[in-house]
Amino acid sequence: MRRSSDDRKFRLGTGAFAAIVLLIVIGIGFELTRQSMLSIAKFGLKFWTTSTWDPVSGDFGALPFIWGTLYSAILALLIATPIALGIAIFISELSPRMLRTPLAYLTDLLAAIPSIVYGLWGVFVMVPFVRKLEMATPDALKQLPFFKGPPLGVGMLAAALILAVMVIPFSSSVAREILKNVPSTQREAAYALGATRWEAIKVAIGFGKSGIIGAVMLGFGRALGETIAVTMVIGNSPQVTASLFKPQYTMAAVIANEFTEAADELYLHALIEIGLLLFIITVAVNMISRLLIWSMKRRVVAPIVVPVIEEATA
Amino acid sequence: MKLKSLVVFLAVALAACQPNESKTTTAAAGPLTINGAGATFPNPIYSKWFDEYQKTHPNVRINYQSIGSGGGIKQLSAQTVFFGASDGPMTDAQLAAAPGPILHFPTVLGGVVPVYNVEAVTAPLRFNGAVLAGIYLGTITKWNDPAIAQLNPGVKLPATDIAVVHRSDGSGTTYIFCDFLSKVSPDFKQKVGVSTSVNWPVGVGAKGNEGVSGLVRQTPGAIGYVELVYALQNKIPYGSVQNKAGQFVTASLESVTAAAAGVTMPDDFRVSITNPDGADAYPIASFTWMLLYQHPSDHARSAAMVDFLKWALNDGQTFAPSLGYAPLPQPVVAKEMQALAKIQ
Repeated sequence: MRRSSDDRKFRLGTGAFAAIVLLIVIGIGFELTRQSMLSIAKFGLKFWTTSTWDPVSGDFGALPFIWGTLYSAILALLIATPIALGIAIFISELSPRMLRTPLAYLTDLLAAIPSIVYGLWGVFVMVPFVRKLEMATPDALKQLPFFKGPPLGVGMLAAALILAVMVIPFSSSVAREILKNVPSTQREAAYALGATRWEAIKVAIGFGKSGIIGAVMLGFGRALGETIAVTMVIGNSPQVTASLFKPQYTMAAVIANEFTEAADELYLHALIEIGLLLFIITVAVNMISRLLIWSMKRRVVAPIVVPVIEEATA
Repeated sequence: MKLKSLVVFLAVALAACQPNESKTTTAAAGPLTINGAGATFPNPIYSKWFDEYQKTHPNVRINYQSIGSGGGIKQLSAQTVFFGASDGPMTDAQLAAAPGPILHFPTVLGGVVPVYNVEAVTAPLRFNGAVLAGIYLGTITKWNDPAIAQLNPGVKLPATDIAVVHRSDGSGTTYIFCDFLSKVSPDFKQKVGVSTSVNWPVGVGAKGNEGVSGLVRQTPGAIGYVELVYALQNKIPYGSVQNKAGQFVTASLESVTAAAAGVTMPDDFRVSITNPDGADAYPIASFTWMLLYQHPSDHARSAAMVDFLKWALNDGQTFAPSLGYAPLPQPVVAKEMQALAKIQ
């Protein structure tokens, strides 16, 4: 009797904590909507699709910010994912035992550096380097839409690079843990069939695929919301362009930049609506990644990690 | 960065004072705490003032949160702080929305200066309103543009592109700069206008004075604008600007104060002093204001605040130059002393 009532209390207690998370998320969505009503009522869906951001005349459209946020995050992911996976594979599969712990420790340490420090490093070290890179770009390449614009140093390329550096430790840590949890029977089986080392690693990666996708998506979420470091190097100019050299803008950056001095009601509501859009996009990205992982799990015969736990408890 | 560390220091200092307060407020005559919020630009001088004032008036403690002009106006209107501070005067709409009449009191002056990085040019460059407006509108794109060359005879200007840098964060500095450009260029007024953040047709945005000056320093061909305080403290060279009288004036504390002397002051002190008359007036200058309710319900705090402002407008002005702010001209102080009597 007592035991079951303890269990119930425990379940209620932890359940309440879990409910808090849910309430907070709903509360954020509600409050963001409530405080951006003026802007929602005035601009409607046009807010998503127009490019003017003019606090003087009170005309607001969020498209350049949405574009800048997604573009910079996707570019960062393209750069960071191969590197992060490389680090994870090396540490978990190939690294000499002696190096394993220090390497893992160092990559985790990168995640603990405050973003303002990354930003300052970006402004003083990376931006001049990017500028040199842009100046050295051959004219033939500059005809492409991706490389148009003056060599300013600050801009989309700088933002994507700094985001990549910031995302790598997150993705590689999670991917490393996933690979570590791939049962050794998988690799042994591959070796038994005469696989080379590379082929055995491929089997391990295939086994942990859904988890690795999760690791990449975690990095994506981080890149979407990163504020200060991006603000310092992206150039803060709202425009929709494919050019990596041109300054652009992100949603988080415009909120951080303009919120403190926004005294006009409509202006404030427009900024909060940007926050709402960021919230919606983040939720959508997370849902898509869940779906991706879920659809993958169904295809893989033996789901990862789960069987290990089941075997242990059985 | 300096501002930030100052704020952190203040917060720590306040936290350290906390136990004291709880002890003394129980006594009959505890220290009177007055809270204010607003502009970041005057924060260093305000902090200095509150500190100095408290030395001689230990029974009054004034706290100031430098959250930005917009935030200051908002909090004052919501009556969550006793006084506000702003780099731009409140608009008629904002005044009408407040629960009671609000008075403006200019405290010190600031200027905005053009900084640039042009290869092989060592002599200080001269600018005027038309050229600055042209550069920030994107109609002047090369350093050897005839409009710039005409102002700088004898200076060999390169044919490099101008990289325009502006503030990305909402700022009183942007407000003052745009206010000047809008007065001298109808085109700028129509296409850009005046606000703490505007829709810039060209250029990159950098955060804060340090961001703008940092980017200008490392980008060949760049031009930007920063607060005079910042340029003076960091010894950044800057260009001169032609004033209404046709003189090229290099910004200094004296030439900024002279700008304030060249305008007729309205009774509510809500005045823009960019592009003023006066041969030695620097044209890109502005007051920064403290905002107070005319009929506050809390008479003790109100009396203390009026007393503080009287001190700040007279004795307090002597601290301004050492911190890089231009002191108020005497006629303005005299007029403000009269206006302070209206608070009751």
